[in-house]
Amino acid sequence: MSQQTQLTRSEGQRDVAAATDAAPRRRQAPGAQAMVQPAVEIVEDGAGISLLADMPGVPREKLDIQLDGETLVIDGEVAVAGPEDMRGLWAEVSAPRYRRAFTLSRELDVARIEAAMKDGVLTLRIPKQAHAQPRRIAVSTG
Amino acid sequence: MFDTTFHRPGLLEQLSQLQQVLSRSLGADGAPDGIRAAAAGAFPPINVGRTERAIEVYAFAPGLAAQSIDVTVERGVLRISGERQPTERGGQEAVQVYAAERWQGRFSRAITLPDDADTGSVEASYRDGVLRVSVGLREAARPQRINVQ
Repeated sequence: MSQQTQLTRSEGQRDVAAATDAAPRRRQAPGAQAMVQPAVEIVEDGAGISLLADMPGVPREKLDIQLDGETLVIDGEVAVAGPEDMRGLWAEVSAPRYRRAFTLSRELDVARIEAAMKDGVLTLRIPKQAHAQPRRIAVSTG
Repeated sequence: MFDTTFHRPGLLEQLSQLQQVLSRSLGADGAPDGIRAAAAGAFPPINVGRTERAIEVYAFAPGLAAQSIDVTVERGVLRISGERQPTERGGQEAVQVYAAERWQGRFSRAITLPDDADTGSVEASYRDGVLRVSVGLREAARPQRINVQ
């Protein structure tokens, strides 16, 4: 039991770390809509993992969070009002879409993921399964 | 439409815009940057567009309180500054941080406005994490139709 928990824990750590190896970068496949990876913050505590993603310009209704097996995908489309006749002069945000995928691990309770969107920041709370929460092992002296 | 600011102009478009852009000191892809242009990765990233009536500046600065953003215009320079507070943990103690890419702390960006900007008519609004600053253009700078006698 403790061996099993150990294995999934280390697997989970590697996966989350691997998914976050780079700063936001532009990705564009031919013919596909340009998109950027949102900057994220991922912090684990005893009860679960908190994920924050900067997705400025994405209203709640243009946000899509999908869970397929152990893959979590966050996807948001920028919808910012602007005048009809505007010409672009300068663009540091060059894609109207954010997308990023993460691999979750088995000890996370995907059924209880909570999401909130406020001022362009997506907050996801991914709790751990009850049995995966940390417990202290008493060391007996003898 | 706002989407137009995402477009990177083609070569011909760039050439025809070059002359206007140079005199405007706002810069564009391929054209020399303004002296206040920031390095890539600066926070917040900024898109700038122009209509016949106004310069539209979009700063992508999510997670701020509207009253904590300072927008000032002084001697033709638009400055956007403020501070983004570290995330509140809600009493939970972090065990491990896997990613900390999000900007924290004070920020400031400056944009040189064109000469025809009317610094008396500036409007700013904040929505979905995007600050939009609209700087009007002087009447004289707007296109006029001249009647041919």
